[in-house]
Amino acid sequence: MSSETNLPHDIPGANFSSAPQSRVADPEVLDTTHGPILYLEGVTVSFDGFKALNNLSLYIDDGELRCIIGANGAGKTTMMDVITGKTRPDSGSVYFGQTINLLELSETDIAQRGIGRKFQKPTVFEPLSVFQNLELAMAADKRVWTSLFAKLTGAQRDRIDEVLTIIGLTAERHRRAGQLSHGQKQWLEIGMLLMQNPRVLLVDEPVAGMTAQEVERTAELLQSLGGRHSVVVVEHDMEFVRSIANIVTVLHEGSVLAEGSMSKVQNDPRVIEVYLGE
Amino acid sequence: MRTHNSLINRLVQSDRGGAVLLVLLAISMVLVPLLNLAVPESSALHLSTYTMTLLGKYLTFALLALALDLVWGYCGILSLGHGAFFALGGYAMGMYLMRQIGERGVYGNAELPDFMVFLNWQELPWYWFGFDQFWFAMLMVVLVPGVLAFVFGWLAFRSRVTGVYLSIMTQALTFALMLAFFRNEMGFGGNNGLTDFKDILGFDLQSDTTRAGLFVASAVALALGYLASRFVVNSKFGRVIVALRDAESRARFIGYKVEMYKVWLFVFSAMLAGIAGALYVPQVGIINPGEFSPLNSIELVIWVAVGGRGTLYGAVLGALLVNYAKTYLTGAFPEIWLFALGALFVLVTILLPRGMIGLLRRKQTEASA
Repeated sequence: MSSETNLPHDIPGANFSSAPQSRVADPEVLDTTHGPILYLEGVTVSFDGFKALNNLSLYIDDGELRCIIGANGAGKTTMMDVITGKTRPDSGSVYFGQTINLLELSETDIAQRGIGRKFQKPTVFEPLSVFQNLELAMAADKRVWTSLFAKLTGAQRDRIDEVLTIIGLTAERHRRAGQLSHGQKQWLEIGMLLMQNPRVLLVDEPVAGMTAQEVERTAELLQSLGGRHSVVVVEHDMEFVRSIANIVTVLHEGSVLAEGSMSKVQNDPRVIEVYLGE
Repeated sequence: MRTHNSLINRLVQSDRGGAVLLVLLAISMVLVPLLNLAVPESSALHLSTYTMTLLGKYLTFALLALALDLVWGYCGILSLGHGAFFALGGYAMGMYLMRQIGERGVYGNAELPDFMVFLNWQELPWYWFGFDQFWFAMLMVVLVPGVLAFVFGWLAFRSRVTGVYLSIMTQALTFALMLAFFRNEMGFGGNNGLTDFKDILGFDLQSDTTRAGLFVASAVALALGYLASRFVVNSKFGRVIVALRDAESRARFIGYKVEMYKVWLFVFSAMLAGIAGALYVPQVGIINPGEFSPLNSIELVIWVAVGGRGTLYGAVLGALLVNYAKTYLTGAFPEIWLFALGALFVLVTILLPRGMIGLLRRKQTEASA
């Protein structure tokens, strides 16, 4: 089932340096030589005649931090579902790099190949400590027997420490996850995603329900991930989007309405009409 | 290389309850046989063989409770049929003890146990072969419950049966086994079960020294069972089962094959229960289908709940306390025992959700605060 040996992980990018040399396209290896890491082309999804996605085309560059905004029903969540394999489109193509066809892979396979998704409601393992949560999420052999005798190596400890620093929970490492604040749980969950060394992080409404300080902290966190990971953020909170985004994509009725810098998008009359309206 | 000692050290590190339990077990291993065998009967310090055997029986119950706590306390699998694994282990031991009787049975048949002669059977059924060998019987003590748990768990957990439905299925499992073992044609002595045992490994089961040996064996089994269980819950495997107890789909999403974790935990637990049953039978001298009774399994759940689940030593404490109370109450006021048991469960559920251990911990934090 799981071809964990092919996992594109450890130091992001390190496994792929040899890929461009080979002329033969190897569908097992992530190829981002042309820039984008995610290709969605002409994707259409309809539910009972209602087109949740309508001929959507979208490209996410390797290492980019992209915000996706749009009104309710614009297709944001459906788009995430398509990328993670939860929903199969009626037509169109979805590629991870230039060679990996995501429409042929199961949800687990997609997750293992390095597309991580953070859901709206944080689910961390509450009885376990922050450290243990990260340990369990770590990309590793997850079979029963290995788990029984598993010991953390120095490198794995370092990796957990590193992620603890990134998500700013070093001081909370021994606290039970159930005792964390809502915002801390969200960061822990982002940390758990990072432990799986994803190339692409899909983050669904990360700042819903957060305090102003937590929002600020989350913005810093997501920005710090750019470069090493491609991050796609779906968010309603315009202030937040303004504070982190380089490029914003506005979805409307299942397709891209506008794309560009925040200021460009904000001044687009069509966007003002259908969404921003402020 | 690490020595044995430091392995135990590491296992009970930050596990004070476990350390206390192991020390008490070590003391009782020496003290109980000593008070029974070396202290003359006239002395006030003498421990009767009856009491020693009773204590040995409690220890096997404690091991059974430990087995249930592993699946229920740590993984949220509320098995209402764990008595079945206990009984199967007991039957495997009982079959060995039956074969040891040999010609000393009422009918003097060297090959066939009395009940088979009585049923006019001419030869030993195939599934009785090998049980004259101690090692084979001991293998079956863990293998039969283990295989049953594997098959049951494989079917149930792969189909993602959880919660109440799983509990009902385990209850049905033990009930079905009870009905099956009641039938004479099954070849396990029917209603009467297996009894009239004479000796084990050549030692007379009635003698005090054998009884003392069985007590020590039960204490050793409980100590080893405790250490093995502690090893399991302290490992990454243990953290995964706790994780999936509360957020199963999340654990699956991270890439753990949740059902395999549950199946193997269930198998391990069933094997522990089987060992407990095997030590129980020579001490009480009988195994019959009544041991499969659903009521037994439910009582077992109460032991663990009273002690406090999810701690391992809590289950041991609960088993000892409730069984001591049972011995006392069924002797002093036989008619109220079942009411007391019911009341105990209700009270513990309402007032002590974490059991006796939870109460002790609360007192401790209050004292230190």
